[in-house]
Amino acid sequence: MSISDVLSPFTAWKNLFRDPVTIKDPLNERPGAARYRGFHKNDMDKCIGCGTCETICQNGAIDMLPVEGIPAVQGDSGLRPRIDYGRCCWCALCVDVCMTGSLTMSNEYKWVESDPDLFRFTPGVDKKYWDNAELGYQRHDEKHLMPVAREEMPELHPEARLDSFVEIVQGYNIEQAKLEADRCVSCGLCIATCPAHMAIPDYIKAVRDGDYERGVQLLYETNPFSQVCGRVCTHCCEDSCAARHEGDPIAIRWLKRHIIDQVPQEKVIELIGKPAAPTGKKVAIIGAGPAGLTAAFDLARLGHAVTVYEAQAAGGGMTRYGIPEYRLPYNALDRDIAVITAMGVEIKYNQRVGTDITMQQLEADYDAVVLAIGLHQGRSTRIPGSDHPQVRKAVDLLRQITAGETIDVPKSMVVIGGGNVAMDIARSMARLQLQHYGEIRVTLTALEDKAHFLADPVEIKESLEEQINILDSRGPQACVIDDNGKLLGLKTWKVLSIFDAERRFAPKYDPADEQIHEGEMIVEAIGQMADVSLLGDALTEKLEWNRGRIQIDPNGRTSENWLWSAGDCVKGPDVINAVADGHRVATSIHRALTPQEATA
Amino acid sequence: MFELDRSQYPQKKADGTLDIDLTSGKYLKLWQGPQHPGITGNMAIELTVCGDEVVDATTHVGYLHRGFEKLMERRTFMQCFPIVCRICVPEPDFNEYCYAAAVEELAGLEIPELAHWIRTLILEMGRVNSYLMYLGGQAGAFGQGVIGQWTTYVRDLMLDRFEELTGARIYHMFIIPGGVRDNLPDGFAGRMEETLREIESVLADVDRVMFHNAVFKKRAVGVGVIDTAWLDSYGITGPNARAAGVAKDVRKDQPYLVYPELEFEAVTGKDSDIYTRADVRRRDLLLSLDLIRQILSRLPKTGAVMTKLPNVLHWKIPRGETYVRGECSRGEYGYYLVTDGSGYPRRVNVRGPSYTHSIALFERMVINANISDVAALLVSLHTYPPEIER
Repeated sequence: MSISDVLSPFTAWKNLFRDPVTIKDPLNERPGAARYRGFHKNDMDKCIGCGTCETICQNGAIDMLPVEGIPAVQGDSGLRPRIDYGRCCWCALCVDVCMTGSLTMSNEYKWVESDPDLFRFTPGVDKKYWDNAELGYQRHDEKHLMPVAREEMPELHPEARLDSFVEIVQGYNIEQAKLEADRCVSCGLCIATCPAHMAIPDYIKAVRDGDYERGVQLLYETNPFSQVCGRVCTHCCEDSCAARHEGDPIAIRWLKRHIIDQVPQEKVIELIGKPAAPTGKKVAIIGAGPAGLTAAFDLARLGHAVTVYEAQAAGGGMTRYGIPEYRLPYNALDRDIAVITAMGVEIKYNQRVGTDITMQQLEADYDAVVLAIGLHQGRSTRIPGSDHPQVRKAVDLLRQITAGETIDVPKSMVVIGGGNVAMDIARSMARLQLQHYGEIRVTLTALEDKAHFLADPVEIKESLEEQINILDSRGPQACVIDDNGKLLGLKTWKVLSIFDAERRFAPKYDPADEQIHEGEMIVEAIGQMADVSLLGDALTEKLEWNRGRIQIDPNGRTSENWLWSAGDCVKGPDVINAVADGHRVATSIHRALTPQEATA
Repeated sequence: MFELDRSQYPQKKADGTLDIDLTSGKYLKLWQGPQHPGITGNMAIELTVCGDEVVDATTHVGYLHRGFEKLMERRTFMQCFPIVCRICVPEPDFNEYCYAAAVEELAGLEIPELAHWIRTLILEMGRVNSYLMYLGGQAGAFGQGVIGQWTTYVRDLMLDRFEELTGARIYHMFIIPGGVRDNLPDGFAGRMEETLREIESVLADVDRVMFHNAVFKKRAVGVGVIDTAWLDSYGITGPNARAAGVAKDVRKDQPYLVYPELEFEAVTGKDSDIYTRADVRRRDLLLSLDLIRQILSRLPKTGAVMTKLPNVLHWKIPRGETYVRGECSRGEYGYYLVTDGSGYPRRVNVRGPSYTHSIALFERMVINANISDVAALLVSLHTYPPEIER
């Protein structure tokens, strides 16, 4: 202690002459920092209502609620987050986890109201003065609270797959599947999109948990064709996946395949259980494709006696006779069908209705009949020369390849069409060419330009890898035939436009840009239609029709009350839609066959 | 000072209560807290005084229990991140760091280099804030209110730096499992340097007005001495131990983050009284300012600040347990985390240094103290009740 200890404190008096350090009006003069976590903003154009913000909020401050004027559509639940500022702790995990980057925070921090209830509000919907604030907390593009890239699927290299029909996609191993399943945020947008409304987040969780038996049970609740859909589904679920907005969508299709691949067939049959007690009702189903067999499976499970009539020697319909084996191996299809027959479904192969048995007989013998005959008849371009024997339909050729029939493989060929069937036949024939002649000479001419191809992008990529010569914007004009009647190739003109102002199909060509594509064979792959000759004249006359398709009610019932129709033949080509359709008619038939209790 | 010879003082009965007759007029029971200007945060001291002299004391806590450790058992690993900072209000960042480091260790995550540097920066900034608050409190406990006004002013400048770096002033929620949420904003080092200079300027004033002050010395020197023999038995760490001459500093003893790359020595004192503890903290605060300068001049300019995380919505961490510790402004702060392979912590235990300092140690130190020194004594241990109870 010294004299300076007495004097030194008096130096504090110097502050008498200092200006105050406080800000007089801090609320107005002091904006929050550039990355301040203030009141929320939500970009309504980007938000998809996935609810991931609600899931991560540990305060329960976020509720997903319907908003007037925002309908639920594919890939958007129509719900929007409402934030309760009585609970929010401003941690911004909701911003970090947002799948689209729509949810952000402004740097505003003052909001005065007399009614506490007003502090629950829906950003972006309830207009606030900070809606256009430029500053505030935002997630960086590279910062994600989950992996955004899809686990790469092991596939056969083009050289290794080109000379055979071995399956290209190898399937995930358990570790890869778990990593891929881990990416799912369980928002459920996919469930609403899937025509069969499969419990996708739940079966993905089963993959994460390694509980494949649970996974199989979940798959069979909505889809008896998991082997098929796990390989060739059009996976519209992935188009609405929340993960696709800032990364790759979850590989939902491949995870489904992974589950079903992990469980032996006997175990699957055991897990599915036994059918209900017999009801004494009999149902005939025409066509053993996905729609027919799904309906058969459901009805058999409910205790009805189901007989399926199939014109071909094996089941699967378009999935077997339209899809090449390198995309869907026949043994995978056989596994799905075996589980269906184990439920008590009887399938009569090589029984062509209309020839071996008539519709009248079916009507007489059964309580209900389902028409699920697919689209097995190819459409023709009807250009000059298209009646030449070497001008073939893609569906016929694909059927022949599946049936193991001998095909006169041309050394060069031209495919007309730009859809998946065109790619299928081009790639199948390329394999046969390589086996026979050691080289591939397949030209594919599509009406559409490359940006608007109808085929799946993966199909196009793989076709190019497999040396298919793909030409876009080429309109077929004539099949060129020499004087000896030999097919020389296809003449095409450049396509200027496909649709007219009313979006009607009316292609316009540039005759100056003419090309002849050499080919000993031309294959038309421009669409399919149902072969309804089995109905017979009388029934055809009695039924109501809608633009060449049988008219059905929302449950699949035709104008004849004993006849239902389902699948591609009424809804157009798509496996998962066919499965959904199968369920729909099964439910409708079950209701029709089950006596209803009188209600007051 | 506490006397070992207790023969002249009231005896305790078998049940632990004092064997005194409160109606005799010789003794008085006095509650300091839970609402009392001479108490730190929400706790209470039940004093038994004889005249001006404290003859017995019992601490009472329980006014601030929020059940964080249990709450965490019902939250996913990422959901725990926003709540841990709330365990200790004045220096929340150690909760964020210890929790994140424990999770990362058990999950097997490697954190980017830059994140280590920014984490160290944040922790030192938090330490500066905590000490500034302490200096105001210590001076205030002796009736010297102006120091708190000055330190609150410069603490606010540091909060500005926190705001521009983390987006928040008090609960920063910035040290996230996997790294930190962002890189430094542009021009941060320059603005931080201005802040550091302002703090140094105020600390020079504090040195003149508080530490070279006859009243403060009269009240603080020789009062509230911690015997070095008590350190281990009472679990005394941090400045309370260093003021007793024992260089206990986790930053040196078990270096973490980038401390091995920084140049510094643990600050120690000799006399172990209130004055020495205040002085050790003042010098430790100056050390923190130096460490912040070292960090800002040496941290990598670019690089990732976060590692790739699994999907945090269903993040499962394998079975394991760990204890992660760091040197906060009060001493050793630690998180003991047990995981069982599920998506939630099985058990979390937070070791806040205030627990040992303000309960067991204080109850012993306060005996024989003058009643007017009780508040200063408690403040001199630098305790935060929120971390005692959690």
